[in-house]
Amino acid sequence: MTVLHGKGASGGIAIGVVKIQFGNETCIKRAHIENAEAEIERFRLAKERSLTELKELYEKALGEVGEANARIFEIHQMMTDDEDYTEAIENLILSQQVNAEYAVGVTSDNFAEMFSSMDDDYMKERAADVCDISSRLIKNLSGSVAKASLLPENAIIFAKDLTPSETVQLDKDKIIGFCTQQGSKNSHTSILARTMGVPAVCATETELPPEFDGAEAIIDGSFGTVYINPTPDIREKMIVRQNEEIRRKELLQNLKGKENITQNGQKINLYANIGGPSDLGEVLANDAGGIGLFRSEFLYLESDDYPGEEAQFQCYKKVLECMHGKKVIVRTLDIGADKQIDYFHLDNEENPALGYRAIRICLTRTDIFKTQLRALYRASVYGNLGIMFPMIISEEEISEIKEIILQVKSELANAGIPFNPDTEIGIMIETPASVMISDILAKEVDFFSIGTNDLTQYTLAADRQNPKLDAFCDPHHKAILRMIKIAVDNAHKNGAWVGICGELAADTSLTELFLAMGVDELSVSPASILPLREKIRHTSVKDRREIINKFL
Amino acid sequence: MREFEYTVKDELGIHARPAGLLVKAAKATNCRISVVKGDKSADATRLFAVMGLGIKQGDTVRVTCEGESEDEALLQMKSFFENNL
Repeated sequence: MTVLHGKGASGGIAIGVVKIQFGNETCIKRAHIENAEAEIERFRLAKERSLTELKELYEKALGEVGEANARIFEIHQMMTDDEDYTEAIENLILSQQVNAEYAVGVTSDNFAEMFSSMDDDYMKERAADVCDISSRLIKNLSGSVAKASLLPENAIIFAKDLTPSETVQLDKDKIIGFCTQQGSKNSHTSILARTMGVPAVCATETELPPEFDGAEAIIDGSFGTVYINPTPDIREKMIVRQNEEIRRKELLQNLKGKENITQNGQKINLYANIGGPSDLGEVLANDAGGIGLFRSEFLYLESDDYPGEEAQFQCYKKVLECMHGKKVIVRTLDIGADKQIDYFHLDNEENPALGYRAIRICLTRTDIFKTQLRALYRASVYGNLGIMFPMIISEEEISEIKEIILQVKSELANAGIPFNPDTEIGIMIETPASVMISDILAKEVDFFSIGTNDLTQYTLAADRQNPKLDAFCDPHHKAILRMIKIAVDNAHKNGAWVGICGELAADTSLTELFLAMGVDELSVSPASILPLREKIRHTSVKDRREIINKFL
Repeated sequence: MREFEYTVKDELGIHARPAGLLVKAAKATNCRISVVKGDKSADATRLFAVMGLGIKQGDTVRVTCEGESEDEALLQMKSFFENNL
């Protein structure tokens, strides 16, 4: 068995046959030419042929892999026709009296180098596009014909790297995986593999000798590993994993677009927890009904200084627009305790979890808080925003927050900046104090979101950072479940809706209880949404009191 | 000459696809359109030059229009940037 290690570029497992794709590497010779004008004419003819081919490839790709993936050939047409590129080639032919193939080769290297040296992973990969269009030109200059390759069934393509024109010429029906020596997650091959939904491993940095052509191979795109001539042990293991993945995909297919509804017709909202806009893909892929907890800390953690209003506004706006009118609940800055940021210059504390954190920082350093609120209210017109405040213990805090919101609103109104004045506001219920006065607090806000992680550590007086206390930090403790019940009942009696956004929300052994309590929303990590939906659709909540009594 | 400033919102910055669209849009005007980032400037009808600026999300660029109907070109380019970048 030969094992190759690379990077997973597209998840999943495939078992098939090695098909080594040899690149059509052409050796370019430098030659002196007499008639530069005629050589330039020859280059222009080759360019026209390239442009025609690319147009045809675009049409072919459009039908096979869709507009998004076909667009690259439109870009290639523009690159081939780019004035800087063609002028550089023609100038070389003219000034150095060299053959067109050589002039294209040199220019290609120069332009590819420009991209390779750029400080951006995406742009670095564009060097491959330059090489692709240049090889096409050289091929058209020398008149060689690319040979169509015959693929075996269940082919796993092994190549140095595949250019877009190579991938489009492959017979997609027979390909079940890709493995490239070079490339990254941004390479065309990786993108194509994800679109096709087949596994891919890139950057193995190992060239496969030709005798492996036709051998059995297993490609694990989730872990970035490739097994050639696998042992029976490995094959069996991988088949088990493959079946698991197939089941998960089926779950996805069966549950996407379905309602979160119990057997007896009770509905509940399933939202996603996110840490930043980069999680949006997962949110949409897992069919979340909204975002129940957008942790805004990342804006502060990723920055070397306080993030400005404009940068925050752009970020919130983007998330709201992406969610197309679905609820997006942003939690205001929640740092301190286990989340420290240098430029805040917070003092070391004996008990940081009981210390200067979250809303306590925001209400004493109102400049930081106001910047965030201004950005949020400005973004509020781009979707369905809710704003949530962490670590609340008293109604006075809510009054102070509302006072600052009023200031922000009147500043925006005076400056003629649009905002949604009815943006919902809510609080995290994560301290025992907030549970005990939840009847009072519920009258002041539109919603509660129960943060079960902190609520557990504060209620059980057990530090959740201390691994020795794991046994004491039991979120199924009746004290926690009763706390949740009190908060839910008080919210509903006083006109507020209530969600759960802590780890407990995804715990399917408690789903029945939360439904019986009448919780309105559960917010969980994107990957937990569909399993939770499945659980809800198989649950029947007939006698609510009986279920609650059983747990509490 | 007319000009405006714009801060790029697209996650990938001015990557291949929007750069291609920008070239098309710039060619459709009968003005000289330039994109300026810091001390580097690129003719907006040249794809490699535009991509070579390496414009990322959050970068502010200056777009200049020079020619007979530059007012019209400015509006066209403005709406292009707002809709695509």
